[in-house]
This record gives sequence, C-alpha cells and structure tokens, in this order.
Amino acid sequence: MDVVALLVILAVLGTVVAIVSAPLRADRRERERDDTKDRVAELEARKEAKYREIRDAEMDLRTGKLSAEDHRVLDRQLRAEAIDVLRALDEAAGR
Amino acid sequence: MATVGRALLILALATAAYGIVASIYGARSGRPEWVVSGRRSVYAVAALCTGAFAILEIAFLRSDFSFATVASHSSTTTPSFYKAAAPWSSQEGSLLLWLWLLSLWSSLVLFLTRRSLRRVAPYATAVLLGFAMFFASLLVFRETPFGVLAVVPADGAGLNPLLRHPSMMIHPPMLYSGYTLFAIPFAFAVGALVTRQVGAADWIRSTRRFALAAWFFLGVGILLGARWSYSELGWGGYWAWDPVENASLLPWLTGTALLHSIMLQEKRGMLKIWNVSLVLATGILSILGTFLVRSGILDSIHAFGASTLGVPFVILIGLMVSGSIGLVVWRREALRSDNRLDSLLSREAIFLANNLVLVAMAFVVFWGTFWPLIAEALTGTRRSLGPPWFDRYTVPLAIVLVLLSGIGPIIAWRRATAANARRNFLVPSVVALAVAAVLAAVGAGSRPLALAMFACGAFVVASVGQEFWRGVAVRRTMTGEAPLRALGSLVGRNRRRYGGYLVHVGMAVLFIGVAASTAFNDARDIRLDVGQTARVGGYEFRYVKPTSRISTNAAGSLEKISFGSVVEVRRDGRHVTTLRPERGYFPSRDQAALGALGRFFEGEATSEIGLQAGLRRDIWTAMTPDIRALLPIIQQGDEVFGAAAGKLPPAAEAAALGTALRGLVDRYVANPPPATFRIITSPLVTWIWLGAIIVFGGALIALWPGGDAPGRRVRARYAARVAEDVAAGREREPAVVA
Repeated sequence: MDVVALLVILAVLGTVVAIVSAPLRADRRERERDDTKDRVAELEARKEAKYREIRDAEMDLRTGKLSAEDHRVLDRQLRAEAIDVLRALDEAAGR
Repeated sequence: MATVGRALLILALATAAYGIVASIYGARSGRPEWVVSGRRSVYAVAALCTGAFAILEIAFLRSDFSFATVASHSSTTTPSFYKAAAPWSSQEGSLLLWLWLLSLWSSLVLFLTRRSLRRVAPYATAVLLGFAMFFASLLVFRETPFGVLAVVPADGAGLNPLLRHPSMMIHPPMLYSGYTLFAIPFAFAVGALVTRQVGAADWIRSTRRFALAAWFFLGVGILLGARWSYSELGWGGYWAWDPVENASLLPWLTGTALLHSIMLQEKRGMLKIWNVSLVLATGILSILGTFLVRSGILDSIHAFGASTLGVPFVILIGLMVSGSIGLVVWRREALRSDNRLDSLLSREAIFLANNLVLVAMAFVVFWGTFWPLIAEALTGTRRSLGPPWFDRYTVPLAIVLVLLSGIGPIIAWRRATAANARRNFLVPSVVALAVAAVLAAVGAGSRPLALAMFACGAFVVASVGQEFWRGVAVRRTMTGEAPLRALGSLVGRNRRRYGGYLVHVGMAVLFIGVAASTAFNDARDIRLDVGQTARVGGYEFRYVKPTSRISTNAAGSLEKISFGSVVEVRRDGRHVTTLRPERGYFPSRDQAALGALGRFFEGEATSEIGLQAGLRRDIWTAMTPDIRALLPIIQQGDEVFGAAAGKLPPAAEAAALGTALRGLVDRYVANPPPATFRIITSPLVTWIWLGAIIVFGGALIALWPGGDAPGRRVRARYAARVAEDVAAGREREPAVVA
C-alpha cells in the first residue's frame, strides 16, 4: 500500500469518527433544547396532516363522496383530534 | 485507488455495524445522543459509499484495466457513454450501486424525519443499517469491485452488446432506487412494530412519500426495461413474463396495493394488519428481486449475475420473512382496526377489492416465476410456465383492476346511496357502454377480453374526467377563479388526490395499449430474397436491397460488423415507410480459437430494429441474414491469417484484416443471401409509452412537496376555526370526542 493511500484512508477514518461521535460530545442543555424542538416539529406535522384531512373531507362532501351526515360526524371527529394536537403543541412549546 | 476503494467499503461496513448498536442502545436506554450518533452513521455510510462508487466510476471511465471488474466489463472500444454505465453490468458494481443508493435514500429519509418519529426512527435506522451491512459484507468478503489483476491486460472484454442501449444507462439505477426505497417503509414498519406504534398513522404518513417514490422509480425501471426489450432484443415484444421482469413486478404490485390501502388506515384506522403485512412483504419482495437478478437462480435473458450469492441472500430473506411474521404476531393486539367496513358499496370496499386483485396478481406472478424451482423440488424436473399461463390469470384480473380504478375515485366513503350512484356513475357508464358498442360494431367484438378492457379504460377516463370537472366547478363556486386557474389550484392544493387520479388515467391508457397490441397484432417470420415481397397485417413488405457497414469507435478500433436491409412498406399500393433493420455482429476476443474473421460471427449479435411507430399502429421489423454463404470465405480468410500470424508487423496485419473485412461486407452486398425477417404490425403500442408518461407525470404531481403560500393561508383559516372550537367551551367537547 502506498503512503498517499494510507494517509487518505486515515483521514477518512478520522473524519468518520469525528462526525459519528459528535453527538456524544455535545452539551447536555443543547441536547434538551433539541429534544423540545423535535417534539414541536413532530406535533406541527401532525397538526398540518389533520388540517389536510379536514380539507379532504370537505372536498369529498362537495364532490358527492361523503353524505352530509357522514361529513358532519367525520368533521367533528377530525376537529376534536386537531384540538388535542393544538393543546399538546401549546404544552410542548411552553405556552 | 483500488486499495482506497476497498478500505472505504470496510469502513462503511464497520460504521454500519456501529450505527446499529448505537441506535438500538440509544432507543433502549433513552439516550438520544446515541440515537443521533446512529443516524449520523447512516450519513457516514452514504459518504463512504459515494467515495467507493466514484473510484469505480473513474476506473471505468479511464479504462483502468488493473481493476478486474473493469477488464471484464469494459474495453477501450466501449463508447464513453456506456463506460459510465458499465459498473452496474457487473455483479460487484451492481451490488455497490445497490448499497450506494440504499445509503443515499436512507440518509434522506432519516434527515427528513430527524425531528419526528422519535421512538420508531432508531429501530428503522438499525434495520436500514442492517441492509447496508449485508451488502457491504458481500462487497468486502465475496464480490469485491476493487479486485486487482496481477497482469494488466492491454484491453478489456468489453460491455455486453445487449446492454449498449440508452435505456440501460438508467434502467438499473431506476430499478435499484425502487428496491432500495421500498426498504425504507419496511424499516419503519419494523420500528413501529417493535415500539408498538404500528397503529398510529404518523409512521405511515412519514414514509408514504418514500413508498410512492419507490413505486415511481420501480415503475420507470420496469417501463424502460420493456422499451429496451421492444427495441433491442429482436423478438418484437415488450413483456415476456421473464423471471427477472416478474421479480421487479412483484414489489410494484404489492406496493400499488399498499399505496391504496394505507389511505384506509389514515382515514378510517382500518386494515392495520393488512397494511403492515403489505409493507413487510413489499420490502421482502424487493430483496427477492435483487436476489433473482444477481443470483442467476432462474434462467433469464436479464440475469447477468452468477449464482455465488444464493446462500447469503436466502439467509437474509429467511430472516426477513420469519422476523416479519414474528413481529406481526407479537403486535397483533395493537393492530386491531378502529372501524369496520360499513357496506360493500363503499370506497373502503373498492380499495379492499383493489388490494385483493393486486395481491392475487402478485401471487400468480410469484407462482409462475418460481414454478421451475417448485416443479424441480417436487418432480426432479425443471419446467417453466410460459406467457399463455400468465395471461390466463392476469388478463381477467387486470380488467377488474382497471374497472376498480374507475370506480374508486367516484364512489362514496362508508356507504354509496342510490343518489350517489346516479350522480357519479351515470356519465362514465354511458361512455363505457358507448365505446364498447362502437368498437364491437367495427369488429373488436372478436376479442371479448380486449373489448372489455377498452370499455373499462373508457370508464376510467370518463370517471376521472368527471372528477376533475366537478372539482373545478367546486373551486370556481368557492373562489370565482377562471377554469384553468381553478384547475391548477385544484391540483396544486391536493396533489396526492389529483396526481393519483392522473395515474389511474395513465394506467387505463397503458392497459388499452397492451390489450390492443396483444389481441390485434399480426406477427410473422418470413424468409425473403432481395426483391421479394411479404404481406403482413394488410401491409406489403418488400426487401429492396441489402446494406452492410463496419463500425469503429472514436479511437478507430473496430467495434462491429452490421448486415442490414432496406425494406419498403406499402399499403394498397401507396408508400407508407422505409425501414432499415440490421443485425450487428460484435467480435469475440478469442481470435486463436475462432479465427481472425470467424471471431466476428461467433461473438454476441444484436438486432437493430426497423420501426415506424405511430399513435394508431407500429410497424416493426428485425432481420437475421443467412450468412452461411459467407462461411467458406470466412474460413479461407481465417486460414490465411492463421498462416501469417506473427509474420507480419501488427500495423500491416491490422490493415490486411481491415481489407479482408471490407471485402467480406462488399461481398454481402454484391451477392446478398436470403434473410429471415420478423415482421409485426401492432395497434396502439405507442399508447403504452404514452400511458406510462401520464402515470409517471401523475406520480410526480403526487410526490411533489407541498408548502405553498395559498396552502398556508388555508391552514391558517382552519387553524382559526379549530381555535374557535377550543374557545367554544368545554360542554361541547365531550360530544365532539364521542
């Protein structure tokens, strides 16, 4: 094995170790802040998905694929779930 | 460079192993820093594989024959365009491509979900790294792409001529992208089962886009393969129920079922066991597809691998199957449906029927593909099932599938009422019946299955057209937008739904093309001398004159000899087109055994077809000249060159060979032997490719990320309405939840 190849391999190895081990060397408070951000992002995604479902149901009603009665029940259920997500979001964001 | 490449693969293997341990330890001990470290291992594996793949690509592009893979799969005469694609014509390069794509897609999904699915993602990371470790192990211990030769040859063996086709540049990466992307829902399903999160819609929502991307890439790969078969293999068809074709179709079929049935889990909390089973089965079938291509266990025109990988793949597939069954049984309590089917006349029931048809098709394809192995195990004799067997079962199922794809978009959720049926089914049914009546009147009734497919296709186009029409009408009522703007905003605001509807239209168009081109084609093999005419499908084909040419590459080295023909096509005395099919002969490298001239006719031969494609009909020809008349001359030339071997300077020998070959091709033109022509006239073949373009266009619309400004405004409006509900008071809330 030539020296250049050996040096390249060692440099790559060092870089991989540095990248992979970085989270283990991070500050604890920083990690906690990241956890909160992750939780909020997860709930935001859930909230937007729920709103999309509400819009879908409305489109189904308007194009005749949901009866008014079924839409009323589904819409209420989806809004109740959206409320739960909003509450959880407030809690996670500390509001 | 080979040393660095090998070292990168060893590092990738070690990093994957570390990442598995870190992810699982982090998840079980509740230490997120280890989970993040595990995720970063995936990024590192992707970077290492990118480096390894780049080294291999550079070796191919530079024709570095010290790499054994390059020497056996490329040559100085291989055009640069194909040198770039040559890595995946080899077993080891193909496995490296698989690993590289897996690592890239895994990195992307884990980056996008880094702030969500916090319980599921670590286990998914471990599973994805498990796949990476498996393939890295194969590349390190069994099939290294970085093996070097002790003696470097002056030239390589060259790329298989059959693979010298533009679609082969992207066909394997597309297929492998599909296979590797299907590993992602598989990994998240395992994570969801382990963490008991499988009932939640979050993991499905997060990985659905990747399942759709897998479906898209696999579909594009399958279509490119079909196109290659049609234009390169010289038999005139686009689908032969070949084991490797079938292997790619299997996960595509179950993936199609999955993309529909997950909507029931998202919307109604139904079919959880079915969905997770489909996810797992699709992941397993993707690995099986890779196994079939690379192992050569079943005879196939596409199987370019040798059977050295059978045992590790069988172990992996065995682990995946037993692990999947075990996990589903273990978590069966968490997989209970929230709702039941309200009516057999509902969208839920149609989705279920669509799933059953797709899985039945997958079962038929699986059974037919593996029958040779099953028969061998039972009787000791390997027997294959041909296209008629597959057609007997898949054609009726495909007709039902197309019909369901028309019913699905227009039937009501939960329970269809008579009013719903009248409102939504009247126009598509009338259109379908009218199309059937007109086509039956012009003679299509002689092929009842094809006629049924045309009617069902018309039903789909009409039902989806009606959906777009009504959607635009609703938007115009709500916003007062102009029709085109309303159409744009309708699709833009619900890309998944309307992209999916376009996919249905594309599939209908594609199946109409398949039905017409198989039921109403006219194919004949005819031996013609120059000047003779054959009549096929109402057209007259006249062999006008022979052609021949010697092709050289940019460096001036001889690449192939082509013997061709000029064929004039006429109908009712009127000129339609002129076709120029050819047969290309690529030289074998074994000059000592086959002779200086003979080696040109003992190596690979390919067909360059003559094709006149049109919206209504394709006219397709391929030719095989009878070169037996040239054999005495070839043998004579071989004897002369054999006697002169070593006595002439290389340059003089090359010049003499060039003169001899030119004499040979001139002789072919001066005294043309008869040729066997395969002539096919097929209606609507172009519809297959057009349908595929519509399908993939629709899939791209569905895949396209959201986040547009109008969407945000709508979300804000809904947020305000939901907030109003919150403020409305506690007494209303229990009723809402109930």
